[in-house]
Amino acid sequence: MAEGVGEEKKKFSIWDLPDVPMGQVPPHLELQRSRVSCNKDAPIHTESIQYSGAYASMGIDNSSRLDRFSNNFRVEVVQLNKDDMEFDMIGIDAAIANSFRGILIAELPTMAIEKVLIANNTSIIQDEVLAHRLGLVPIRVDPRLFEYLSENDQPNEKNTIVFKLHVQCKRGRPRITVKLDALKWLPNGSELVKETRNATSDSSSKPETYTYFGCSQETIPEFVKNPIIPKYPDIIIAKLGPGQEIELEAHAVKGIGKTHAKWSPVATAWYRMLPELRIDCNCRRRATVARPRVCTLCRECIRGDDWEKRVALRPVKDNFILKILEEKCERVITELS
Amino acid sequence: MEHGSFTDNSAATFSLTDEDHTIANAVRFTLNQDPRVTFCGYSIPHPSEAQVNIRVQTTGDPAREVLKDACQNLMLMYRHVRCTFDKAVEHFKASNAVKALKIDSQDSSGDDSEESE
Repeated sequence: MAEGVGEEKKKFSIWDLPDVPMGQVPPHLELQRSRVSCNKDAPIHTESIQYSGAYASMGIDNSSRLDRFSNNFRVEVVQLNKDDMEFDMIGIDAAIANSFRGILIAELPTMAIEKVLIANNTSIIQDEVLAHRLGLVPIRVDPRLFEYLSENDQPNEKNTIVFKLHVQCKRGRPRITVKLDALKWLPNGSELVKETRNATSDSSSKPETYTYFGCSQETIPEFVKNPIIPKYPDIIIAKLGPGQEIELEAHAVKGIGKTHAKWSPVATAWYRMLPELRIDCNCRRRATVARPRVCTLCRECIRGDDWEKRVALRPVKDNFILKILEEKCERVITELS
Repeated sequence: MEHGSFTDNSAATFSLTDEDHTIANAVRFTLNQDPRVTFCGYSIPHPSEAQVNIRVQTTGDPAREVLKDACQNLMLMYRHVRCTFDKAVEHFKASNAVKALKIDSQDSSGDDSEESE
């Protein structure tokens, strides 16, 4: 009799259960893995389950192979203007999305004014304040056309852009506001002459300036019809009273946001998870969410007593809305690798 | 750069200079996905110094090979993201013809230099 029982006794396997799908995580675990549950007190299941052996006891391989990633990953652009961009990345993890955000803010090169040579400043704005303001000005130029300027290099037409500002408020005239449209681009390089030590310098050679431009930047094809100008010509730099004058030259070089925020190409870049709202209602009329994207997760909908049972607020863990503000978005694309 | 033991090369700590959370978190994520890895993590010894320590412990394979594979996977992943992103932007521009005209005329030089790569 014991043998009979031994023969009939089979090994119990989890796959024999009728409601467990083969090769996939059961639905309640899938919910835990892919959605954050925003409860009344706090969100739960926020961490992403990356460990390859997480579901090993069930025989499911959680390791993400590149082919699976390639098949599932999608990008959908929602909005694309000159100044800002919003797009969805579906199928990646928070770690990767955050690395994109970090690179956008800190490691994309731009051009910004670094050296300001002040010949005359009798305004009430101090030299250093003026130079700081000029540094923060966004310049409308493609930084891929320029090279980095290191300490040993000489400033030449391949790594420097030179601007000039010369404004004067004459006596008897009203106060003037100096806006960025007064900043003029000098395609031929610096015009300020360096003082040479030896008095017997030959007068036949050109006087030495602060930059060594081999050729005029106007001859570079990209700049033939597009002069380099600041992006917003109505930014106020300074205000002059009667009798005050500002005469300076500003040199712009290439840099990245890590060194100084003036070289950051974006005003800001942020990401969030796409919220998913589920309304389970047992009444006859069904309700659906009209615009889930607009949801800001303020949790008003689960504030009421009984509402929690009916509204499930669940951001999707691998659907990221990335918003990039300011400056040329196209540059982002080529620098991504 | 690698601090490990000579006898057992399945566990090591890699110290990277001039790096921060940006690359470290992404590498840690891909390392975790690898089934050969039993433990991986990263730490930043001091926020003022740009140094990252990545710890990898594997089931027998040399840790540096696993790290190399993870970096390779990460590179391929980013490449794929870039292609998909390019295609999505093209698709968006094509479907929004009016906006695309204004953007394309400004950036046509940028796109040409990209395609010639």
